[in-house]
Amino acid sequence: MQIPAAFDYERASDVANALALLERHGPESRVIAGGHSLLPMMKLRLARPDWLIDINGLTELDFILREGDQLRVGALTRHTALLESADVAGLFPIIRDAERVIADPVVRNRGTIGGSLCQADPAEDLSTVCDVLRALTVIRGPAGQRTVPMADFHQGPYETAVAQNELLCEIRFPIRPRSGSAYEKVERRVGDWAVVAAGAAVALSADGTVDDAAIGLTAVGLDGTVPEAEAVLQGRQPHEDLFAEAGRIAAAACDPVADRRGPVDYKRHLVEELTRRVLRRACARAAGAGQG
Amino acid sequence: MTTVQEHAPNPAAGDPGRPIGYGRIQRKEDPRFVRGKGNYLDDIVLPGMLHGAVLRAPVAHARLVSIDTTEALAHPRVLAVITGKDLQALNLAWAPTLSADVQAVLVTDKVRFQGQEVAFVVAEDRYAARDALELIDVEYDVLPPVIDARRALDPDAPVIRDDIEGRTDNRIFDWEMGDAAETEAVFAAADVVVSQEVVYPRVHPAPMETCGAVADFDPVDGRLTLYETTQAPHAHRTLYAMVAGIPEHKIRVVSPDIGGGFGNKVGIYPGYVLAVVGSIVTGRPVKWVEDRSENLMSTSFARDYIMQGEIAATKEGKILAVRTSVLADHGAFNATAQPTKNPAGFFSIFTGSYDLKAAYCKVRGVYTNKAPGGVAYACSFRVTEAVYLVERMVDILARKLEMDPAELRLKNFIRPEQFPYANKTGWVYDSGNYEPAMRLSMQMAGYDELRREQLEKRERGELMGIGVAFFTETVGAGPRKHFDIVGLGMADGAELRVHPTGKAVVRISVQSQGQGHETTFAQIVAEELGIPPESIDVVHGDTDQTPFGLGTYGSRSTPVSGGAVALVARKVREKAKFIAAAMLEARPEDLEWEKGRWFVKGDPGAGKTIAEIALGAHGTMALPEGIDGNLDAEVTYDPPNLTFPFGAYICVVDVDAGTGAVKVRRFIAVDDCGTRINPMIIEGQVHGGLTDGVGMALMQIIAFDEDGNCLSGSFMDYLIPTAMEVPDWETGYTVTPSPHHPIGAKGIGESATVGSPPAIVNAIVDALAPYGVTHMDMPCTPARVWEAMQGRHGPPV
Repeated sequence: MQIPAAFDYERASDVANALALLERHGPESRVIAGGHSLLPMMKLRLARPDWLIDINGLTELDFILREGDQLRVGALTRHTALLESADVAGLFPIIRDAERVIADPVVRNRGTIGGSLCQADPAEDLSTVCDVLRALTVIRGPAGQRTVPMADFHQGPYETAVAQNELLCEIRFPIRPRSGSAYEKVERRVGDWAVVAAGAAVALSADGTVDDAAIGLTAVGLDGTVPEAEAVLQGRQPHEDLFAEAGRIAAAACDPVADRRGPVDYKRHLVEELTRRVLRRACARAAGAGQG
Repeated sequence: MTTVQEHAPNPAAGDPGRPIGYGRIQRKEDPRFVRGKGNYLDDIVLPGMLHGAVLRAPVAHARLVSIDTTEALAHPRVLAVITGKDLQALNLAWAPTLSADVQAVLVTDKVRFQGQEVAFVVAEDRYAARDALELIDVEYDVLPPVIDARRALDPDAPVIRDDIEGRTDNRIFDWEMGDAAETEAVFAAADVVVSQEVVYPRVHPAPMETCGAVADFDPVDGRLTLYETTQAPHAHRTLYAMVAGIPEHKIRVVSPDIGGGFGNKVGIYPGYVLAVVGSIVTGRPVKWVEDRSENLMSTSFARDYIMQGEIAATKEGKILAVRTSVLADHGAFNATAQPTKNPAGFFSIFTGSYDLKAAYCKVRGVYTNKAPGGVAYACSFRVTEAVYLVERMVDILARKLEMDPAELRLKNFIRPEQFPYANKTGWVYDSGNYEPAMRLSMQMAGYDELRREQLEKRERGELMGIGVAFFTETVGAGPRKHFDIVGLGMADGAELRVHPTGKAVVRISVQSQGQGHETTFAQIVAEELGIPPESIDVVHGDTDQTPFGLGTYGSRSTPVSGGAVALVARKVREKAKFIAAAMLEARPEDLEWEKGRWFVKGDPGAGKTIAEIALGAHGTMALPEGIDGNLDAEVTYDPPNLTFPFGAYICVVDVDAGTGAVKVRRFIAVDDCGTRINPMIIEGQVHGGLTDGVGMALMQIIAFDEDGNCLSGSFMDYLIPTAMEVPDWETGYTVTPSPHHPIGAKGIGESATVGSPPAIVNAIVDALAPYGVTHMDMPCTPARVWEAMQGRHGPPV
C-alpha cells in the first residue's frame, strides 16, 4: 500500500465555500474532485499538499445544458456523464470519441472534465478536445467570475490560467452549424496515456468548403491547436490530398520527445496519420450534420 | 464469452452422470473468495502488532558511506530502525539464495540495484513507518553501474560482487548441454542454416497481491510463527532454521490465502527476514507488506535472456539440429529459484517437440546492477525461454524454406511410437502424441480458410497474421535424485484421515496461490475412495498442519502432490479392504472394489462402504492382525520422471498499417495435460496464461535507463493486459495420459504462458511479411511494430 504524507481535509459545501477554504488554507491547499491524478501523485509523495479541499459536494457544478448556441458543461461533470450524453454525442462527437478512450470505466465514473483540464497533463485528452472545439472556460475567484478561452487557458505543462485561489466552474462549447469533429488515439493498452492522439473540428460553408478547421494534438509537446495546418484547409473542398497536406504540416509543427512510447519519428508519423484520419472523419460528420 | 471445444474423448471428464471424482465441479474455495472472506496476508492482524517499512536505495550502484537513523528513531511512533550494521551483529546481513549465492538482506557495503533494501523501520502504524523512512539520512558514493548484460564482461566493467573474495569480473556461470562437436558436424553438412538473435526481455509476474509477512516471535518459548506470501512454506521453514539458527521445530510458517504467485513468491525476500528481526527486536508481532512499486522493482523478475539461435535443416524441411548461445542477465545476486544442478533451469529442453539429430546449448550467466531473480512468471524453470526460441527459429526456417509453418512442424514432430523419447540434451519425454493436437487446433481455427483470407487482405494492403506455436512443457520436478533445491529433494508428502463418519481430511505439502487445490485434490481422493469431494477437506499451507514437501511452482502440484494424494488414498483403500474383510467375515482376497465400497466377489449385497469401514476401524470390533484402529495413511511421493504436457496454439492478429497497433483477433489453444481432473480449473489456468502471453508479447518489459533507474515501477509503466486486449479464448484438448503418474495427470499451470508468446509474435511477424520482416523482439508495442516495418530493430523498450 502506497501511503501519502500527512494532510488535512475539508469538504466544501458550495462554490463560495470552496473559494473561502482555498483563501483560508493558502498556497499549500489543493482542490480534489475525482482524484485520479492527484491521489496517485500524493501516494508517490510527488505531491504533498497540506490541505485537500473536496469539491465533490458541489452539485451545482455537475450539469450538461444546451443553451442557445452553446453547450454548457459544469466542471464537476464526470467523464461517464459526457460519454453517455446524447446532446454531447450529437453536437460534439469528438467528446464521445475521446471519452471512449480515456482510462477505464472506474476512472471515468469518478474523474471530471474540470479535473482533467486543471491537471493539464500534456498527454491529457480533453484539453485537446476543448482546444479544437474552441471552448471557453468560466473561472470564479475572490474577484468574481471571468471567462478565459481555451487558447489562453493552458500555460504550459501542468499550468493553467486558474489561480490558486480560483475554481474552474464551467466549460462552454460554441455550437456551429454544419460542423463535425473527431478524435483518435494510439495507446499501448487501453487506459494508457496516449502515445499520440489527434483531434479535429471543422465547420463547412453552405457550398461544402471548409469554413473553419481546428486541429489539436495530444502528447507531442504542442500547446493549443496547429494554425498552419488549419490554414491550408480554409476555404477548400475537403479532400484526401488536403487532409494529407494538413497531416504533413501538423507533423512538422509538433515537438515530440522520444520515450518508452516511441521515438520522435514514429510520433511525427502518427501525427500525420492521425491528423489525416480525424480530418477525414470530422469532415464526413460535418457533411452529414444539420444546421446545428 | 469463451468457446470450449469438447472434441477429444476423455473418459475422466465431462460425464454428467458421474457422481464423484473428476469433472467440472465448482471450486470449493470460491465461496469465501467471492464473498470477500478470504484470509490474505494483509488481513492478518495480531494483538500488539507493529508495522515495518523498508528504505530502498534510490540508485543502482553506490558505496554506502553512512546511515544516520537518529531522527527516525526520535519519531514518537517509531520503535526500531534496523540497518545492515545491526544485522551484521546478528550474522544476518547476508542470506543464502536458492542458487548457491548470497544476497544482502540490508546493504552493508554497497548498493547493487535500485530499490535494494537499505534500512527497516518498525513503527506503531504503517503511516508512521512510511513517514520515518524520510527521516533516515543516507550518504551514498555513486558508482558507474552495469546495466547492459552485453557489457557486463567488458574488461573495464565495474565488478559488482566485490563482496565475494577473489572475484574480478561479473561472470556467474558458464553451462552447456548437448554435444558441441556432433552438432557442429550436422550444421556443417546441412542444406539450410538460419540464425537469429532472439531476446526475451525482462518481465515481471506482478501478482495481484504483493509480497508480505507477519512475524510473531515469542520470546518466552522461543517460537516463531511466520505468516508469509510463500509458494514453499516447508522449504522456507528449513531455510530459516539453517540461516537464523532458530530450531526447526520452533518455527511455524503459514502461507494463508495467496493472491497469485507465478514464481514471484518462491524465494525468501529481505522483507520477510526483516519482519522476523523486527519481531525479535521489539518482542511484538511485525507486519511488512510491500507496495506495488516495491514488488515490481525489487522482487523476482522473469526471463532476461539474449539468445543467439541457429537451426539446421534439409532443403525438404527436415529439421536436423538446433544450437544456441545464451547470455543470461541474473541481476545483482544470483537468486533464481531453480533445482541445484540447473543454473539455466530447464532451458536445455529448447529442442522443443521435434525429432533432431543433434542439439547444443551454452548459457552464460552474468551479474548486472538490477534486481535479482529470473525464474518466475509461470515459466517452468525457463521452458518459456526455450520454447520461445525454438518456435521462433522454426518459423524463421519456414519462411526461409517458403513452407507453411504448420506443415513444417507436422513434418518434424517426435512420432507417438518414439515415446518415451530421449532428446539430445538429456531429457526423456514421458509421452506425447503431437499431430492430433496440431490438427485439432488447425481444424478449430479453420486454418486453410484463414490463409486464404490473409492472401486476399494482403492484396488490399491490409496486414493480417497467423501465428502457429507448438510446445512441449517439462513440469513436475523431481525425481529427487535429479532435482533438489538447496539440497532438499523435490518430493511431496500427503496424509489422509478418514473420520469415523466417513468424512475425510487430506493434508498436502503444496499450497494454492489460486490454482484451486482445495477442489482438485479433493477430487482425486474422491475418485480413489468413492466418497464425494464435498466430504473431503484439503489442508494446505501451514507447516504445523501438513507433511513436508517442496511447494507449488513449476506446475508441480498435480504431477507430484497429485500423485502423492492418489497413492495415499489407494493406501487407505487397501487398508479398508482388510477392515471390511473382518467386518464381513470374509478373506481380503475375496473382496472386490467398486467405487466407495468393498464387497464379496459374487455376492454384491455383502459389502461395506468407506463410511461403514471407517466407523468399524474406530469402533469396538477386533481388528485384523497388524491393522491399527484408524483409516489413515501417509506417503511421500518421489516421481520417477517429469511430465511433459504439450499444446498447439494458433493466433490471428490484425495490424494497423498506419499506426503499428496490433489487435489479437483470435486465439486457439489446444492443450494436452494428460488426464484431466477439473476441466473448468484447467480452462481457468489456460485463460490466465494466455492473457499473460498477450501481456508479454504486446506490452510488458521491466526497462532501465543507462543509470540503472527502473522505468517500470508502477502499473502506469508496466502494463497488464485488460479484457480489451484479449480475444474470446477458443480452447480445446487432447488427452495423452502420463504413463508413470498414478492417475496419468501432467500439470497445466504454465502451459499457456509458455506457449502463447511465440504464437502471438509469430502471428505479428507473419503479418509484417510484406515488409520483409522475419523477426521482431517483444514487446510488440505500436512504435516497435512500426519501426520493424521501417526495417529497424531496436533493443526492447
